[in-house]
Amino acid sequence: MADKKVHSFIVKNRVTIIMVVLLFAALFILEKILPPSSMFFVVLKKGAIYALVAVSMNLLNGFTGLFSLGQAGFMLIGAYTYAIFTIPPEARDTVYQYFDGGIIKFALPVPVAMILAGLAAAFFAFLIGLPVLRLKSDYLAIATLGFAEIIRAIFQWDKLGPITNGSNLLRKFPGFTSVLFPFAVSGICITLIVLLINSSYGRAFKAIRDDEIAAEAMGINLAKHKQLAFTISSFFAGVGGALLAMYQTTVQASAFTSAMTYEILLIVVIGGIGSVTGSILSSFLFIACSEWWLRFLDNETYIGSFRVPLLSSGFRKVVFSIIIMVVVLFYRQGIMGTKELSADAITRFFRKLRGKTKEEAAK
Amino acid sequence: MLFIDVFLSEAGRSVKNFIDTNLPYILAGISVGGQYALIAIGYTMVYGILRLINFAHGDIFMFAGFAMVYLAAWAPLYVAIPLVLIITVLLGFIVERVAYKPLRSAPRMSVMISAIGVSYLLQNLAWYLTSGLARQYPVIPWISNSVDIGSATTKIVTLITPVLTFVLVVALVMLIKHTKIGMAMRALAKDFETSQLMGIRINTVISITFIIGSFLAAIGSLLYFTNYTSVTPISGAMPGLKAFVAAVFGGIGSIPGAVIGAFIIGICENIIKGLGWTTFSDAFTFALLIIILIARPTGLFGEKSTDKV
Repeated sequence: MADKKVHSFIVKNRVTIIMVVLLFAALFILEKILPPSSMFFVVLKKGAIYALVAVSMNLLNGFTGLFSLGQAGFMLIGAYTYAIFTIPPEARDTVYQYFDGGIIKFALPVPVAMILAGLAAAFFAFLIGLPVLRLKSDYLAIATLGFAEIIRAIFQWDKLGPITNGSNLLRKFPGFTSVLFPFAVSGICITLIVLLINSSYGRAFKAIRDDEIAAEAMGINLAKHKQLAFTISSFFAGVGGALLAMYQTTVQASAFTSAMTYEILLIVVIGGIGSVTGSILSSFLFIACSEWWLRFLDNETYIGSFRVPLLSSGFRKVVFSIIIMVVVLFYRQGIMGTKELSADAITRFFRKLRGKTKEEAAK
Repeated sequence: MLFIDVFLSEAGRSVKNFIDTNLPYILAGISVGGQYALIAIGYTMVYGILRLINFAHGDIFMFAGFAMVYLAAWAPLYVAIPLVLIITVLLGFIVERVAYKPLRSAPRMSVMISAIGVSYLLQNLAWYLTSGLARQYPVIPWISNSVDIGSATTKIVTLITPVLTFVLVVALVMLIKHTKIGMAMRALAKDFETSQLMGIRINTVISITFIIGSFLAAIGSLLYFTNYTSVTPISGAMPGLKAFVAAVFGGIGSIPGAVIGAFIIGICENIIKGLGWTTFSDAFTFALLIIILIARPTGLFGEKSTDKV
């Protein structure tokens, strides 16, 4: 029975599966060809991480209609949990130099620590959600933003130094070098989120988003489902935080500001609130623009002896924020709106295109 | 009886001790509370009318700081200060017209996202224009002078802030209670659609609301940065958020509420700093916010509103 189910699942999603395999093969080959310092890999790695965080935020903002701005706080919990439990014991004396090597004297394997990172974020989200999720729209936003700030303060508290290293950096924990790793982790997590969205729970989330009162009247337990969405979203934000820690190779609480949450929110908005593939696409676009394509705006450039005006440090971000404002004001749907990009949609699109050209040829 | 007397004098002494040791912090708290109050009024008025958390308000406050830095280097203070006020007011007006007006009929979430976008833009713009360095705020003569109060030394600005805040708030309340435009604001806050039908030009009224808010933020920035002496592109974010918390604490939409909330937050925050918990002075504000939102979502002076289905 189970075999049959798996079989039919594979048959149904064969195009998607083939594409995923092709994607990983392409990445593998790229890593062999291009020099490892290429900007391309920076974009791919960071993009994959932001994609996961953006999708987890979209689960809340886009699919459940809970406007939460606590994402940076949960990423911080994830990043710290991962870092604290994976610094090798022999490196702890140098990392925790002001706290006598800290109080944790062991290191967990990477996958366990990553799951623990997610669980820690989820646990805090559960506690925070109990009181906060009773609030509506902008009050919820400001309360979750406040919680992120509180979490940041707690992690920088020097009394917790033996665990969190106070306001000092955490470093020397294992990271990753291959671009395949963040892709695999993000891929698995996003797949899980998509499965959740397509399940009966996901339908309940969407019902709550569309009309809370109607959803309640249909017998959906609002408190339970909101709590569930909030906790699960934070779990994945925590895993995303752990990935970010691995990518950066150091963690410091002061980096996880509300500005980070705003960036993620803007990624979600550009991709389309309520579209998973939109969030993924726009994270890669966002990272590519900010890390690579628009870099030239930050450098003073001369054409002959003519100094191109405006170009100097920081101009990239100005151009960038103007683009974002244009999207917010005039293309409120973002790239994808609430639609999804799937293997089916792509093949259908090409079939239609081919059909059209045939029709035109017939004419 | 004797016991009670002893107890009272004991309590009196401990209060006096507390005040003596914490006087500098209480003074700083009153001062920063007044500055938060001036920012909070902008939040509370805009929220009262548009139901929008104007995330960009803190950054407008920061821009006023930078405007002062550059203008004071270029012109004498009696020219620079009025110019700062005008530029800040213009900025507030433009932000409303460009970023919020087109979204008047859009869902509330979109307007809030737009506000976050504007905040992001203003911060990045400030970063670009100043290359991200902290700038020294010009010294405004007289109000930056030091003065001794009891056991503490402070700047004159500390004493001026509460007085000025009080005067401005009274003027504002008069404006809202007794003028036509004030009446229009109250009408908009009560019922947006109906007041539109009654012939109130909502765009004008909303613009004036933003102008008043930005004007008060500009004055707040003159006082605040005289105290803190340096301006960075992100120095508006925290005061902005705290002023918003003050507005929620006092009951959003209520001006006296925002002012009292701001003073309470300013004083508590500085006493916490005095107790050596500086790391938690920001966190305290947000903890207070969450407690208020859960225990009494309408704040101290907010009106109870019922949601109709």
